[in-house]
Amino acid sequence: MATNGRARVAVRKTYKLYIGGAFARSESGRSYPIAAADGTPLANACRASKKDLRDAVRAARGAFEGWSSRTAMNRGQILYRVAELMEGRREQFIAEVEAAEGLSAPRAAIVVERAIDRWVWYAGWADKIGQVLGSSNPVAAPYFNFTIPEPTGVVGMVAPETSSLLGLVSRLAPAVVSGNSVVVLASEARPLPAMSLTEVLATSDVPGGVINVLTGRRSELVPVLAAHVDVDALDLWGVPDDMRMAVELAAADDIKRLSRRPTGVREARFDWLDDAASERPEWIAAFLEMKTVWHPIGV
Amino acid sequence: MHNGRAMTTETEPAAAAIARAPSHRPSSWGLGDGRAVPWEYAPAPESRDIVRLKDRYGLFIDGREVQAADGERFASVDPATEEVLAEVARATPADIDKAVRAARRAQRTRWGSLSGRARAKYLFRIARVLQERSREFAVLESMDTGKPIKESRDVDIPLVSAHFWYYAGWADKLEYAFPGRVARPLGVAAQIIPWNFPLLMLAWKIAPALAAGNTVVLKPASTTPLSALFFADVCREADLPPGVVNIVPGPAAIGTYLVSHPGIDKVAFTGSTEVGRIIARSVAGTDKALTLELGGKAANIVFEDAALDQAIEGIVNGIYFNQGEVCCAGSRLLVQESIADLLIDKLKDRLSTLRVGDPLDKNTDVGAINSRAQLEKITELVASGVAEGADLYQPACDLPERGYFFRPTLFTNVAQSHRIAREEIFGPVLSVLTFRTPDEAVEKANNTPYGLSAGIWTEKGSRILAMAQKMKAGVVWANTFNKFDPTSPFGGYKESGYGREGGLPGLHAYVRLEDR
Repeated sequence: MATNGRARVAVRKTYKLYIGGAFARSESGRSYPIAAADGTPLANACRASKKDLRDAVRAARGAFEGWSSRTAMNRGQILYRVAELMEGRREQFIAEVEAAEGLSAPRAAIVVERAIDRWVWYAGWADKIGQVLGSSNPVAAPYFNFTIPEPTGVVGMVAPETSSLLGLVSRLAPAVVSGNSVVVLASEARPLPAMSLTEVLATSDVPGGVINVLTGRRSELVPVLAAHVDVDALDLWGVPDDMRMAVELAAADDIKRLSRRPTGVREARFDWLDDAASERPEWIAAFLEMKTVWHPIGV
Repeated sequence: MHNGRAMTTETEPAAAAIARAPSHRPSSWGLGDGRAVPWEYAPAPESRDIVRLKDRYGLFIDGREVQAADGERFASVDPATEEVLAEVARATPADIDKAVRAARRAQRTRWGSLSGRARAKYLFRIARVLQERSREFAVLESMDTGKPIKESRDVDIPLVSAHFWYYAGWADKLEYAFPGRVARPLGVAAQIIPWNFPLLMLAWKIAPALAAGNTVVLKPASTTPLSALFFADVCREADLPPGVVNIVPGPAAIGTYLVSHPGIDKVAFTGSTEVGRIIARSVAGTDKALTLELGGKAANIVFEDAALDQAIEGIVNGIYFNQGEVCCAGSRLLVQESIADLLIDKLKDRLSTLRVGDPLDKNTDVGAINSRAQLEKITELVASGVAEGADLYQPACDLPERGYFFRPTLFTNVAQSHRIAREEIFGPVLSVLTFRTPDEAVEKANNTPYGLSAGIWTEKGSRILAMAQKMKAGVVWANTFNKFDPTSPFGGYKESGYGREGGLPGLHAYVRLEDR
């Protein structure tokens, strides 16, 4: 950014929270500095407060009914639309991932492309997961008995800390494709790609409130998320090991569903570029409830 | 039943019948003539002789019956007579350690490496033995729980056998159950079951666990340990390898010790939401898998176009089946306002025909409450309903002098804020609320932290599906209630728990999926 008279002065971006489809600063007025992997200061991120988190949960709850009652095909198209718009801003995401994660440009490009492709992979599941996980059950009595998966509700998600974009997308897409709404805590140290993703979400027909993204301190926000009674399920992927016990204790109070990182998987070591490991229908199933309906057969 | 009624009305003068009618009997039989009908049945008791009870039972660990490490025992009481049926060894932490070790050893050395085909055959054997001994188990279950013999005989025990049968067939077909993935057993499962359907809950827990290659340590409820200990005998009869199934009766504290044990990989619990929270906490921070099947406060919704007489039977079955000691009981009746008066009249009539008494009598509709403690809890909650201003109705039936019995109870003028409309009573107590529009019915039905089951009564198919979709409940019964089947997944939304039992989801709860 040399200022030698003729060079244009760049317009820098203020990073905000994304709550209920709107870009808001933290009500607390706080922020924290974000540096690139090499230590270069990048920007200030909002440091969300407990109040911001509660607002985000309220927005997610409000959006749940509408989103979950969209047709599966419609949700699939909207997720695909996210991929389309990310593709259009590919260069921006590559630059941000490169800075945040300290990757080479070619490597960052692979990560971003994979994130885009992951939306496409999960988008296609929208109208198939019910056929794979649902069933009609041959009960030993004259009833038509069928089981269908339904979204759990509001999912509180602690995004992977290391993989700021690809990890986030890999956890987010399976939760929302079935109709859940989500409150995500972005990577604490590398939140900027997540906040740029919200700009894509805001313009890609994902209804406001379906995905809410907060930046801030996990130590401050995770316990509040875990204890919030209007959060139905937690994605614990990005919860630091030393917080896990407290989080799960809090979650027990209202019988929250928990999606843990698989046994033995280290957060920083997980290979998000491994499609087989990161594209799993079970990750969709983790935030589903099976509903069984009995109906008599008779004339 | 209907023949009996016709005969008595014809052979007895109406005046005499009215004189003997209970005071609470409503005036209408749907005939509007005020005739009351006496209901008398000759006793038809099922013989207890088929059950050969010993005085004492041990724990079942590593294929053998053993006494508790400290030699302590507790009594299992027949709730209908308050007599001690048998004394049962009370497991100590040392016994649990031993059982977990036995289960681990069996999982590593025998069961886990056995072919699916072989596991299937053992489970088929168990299913068959249970069928062969079905009457014995039905009588035993009614003696230990207080449930009517017609329910243990026609519902519990057939479903127990069916459950083993269903999951037996999965044991050698796991590669077809989860496409693209390899299903591995979790290891040792700790399972804690309640007292309302002791053997059925045992089957729901043990059958899928064993099919997937796990071994189990199961703690039956402390008031109903006997059928589980008889099941130990079935395991021996089937030549099930030692340690695959271990049964450790004891109080709640020993259950907590069991689920906190570092040597287990999976916890499955059926019981109250209160205890479910304790168990979820005890598993917090570990890598143990957990499924919970907890309490409920189900809405049974009757629309004005429902087939009313069928709905009445469904309502009665929904809340008085097993004395209402059912987690998925239809304990909140939501009636559309336009038919509320008629329906409540009919319901009161129907209640007065319920036969309350000896669980072993084949005519009995409502048996004994499982324990004194449960009877006290029901009594306390019913008193709260009266105190909070709801209108109580109980038919004037005679209760046996001994034993823990409670009259079928109906509350009208119930507000959503009343304890009887919010708390799980786990007894034969129905709260009636009304609604005007389908939206209001949905709102009221879902206005609870529970979400286990719901009932919908209407002749309109599209309304059934729309309502079923809107219920926050894991099981929805349309124009029926309290139906169960091993192929049909069962389990709750919200604070009624997570995970499913039955069907393929029930198998999923006992496997770890790995890449091919």
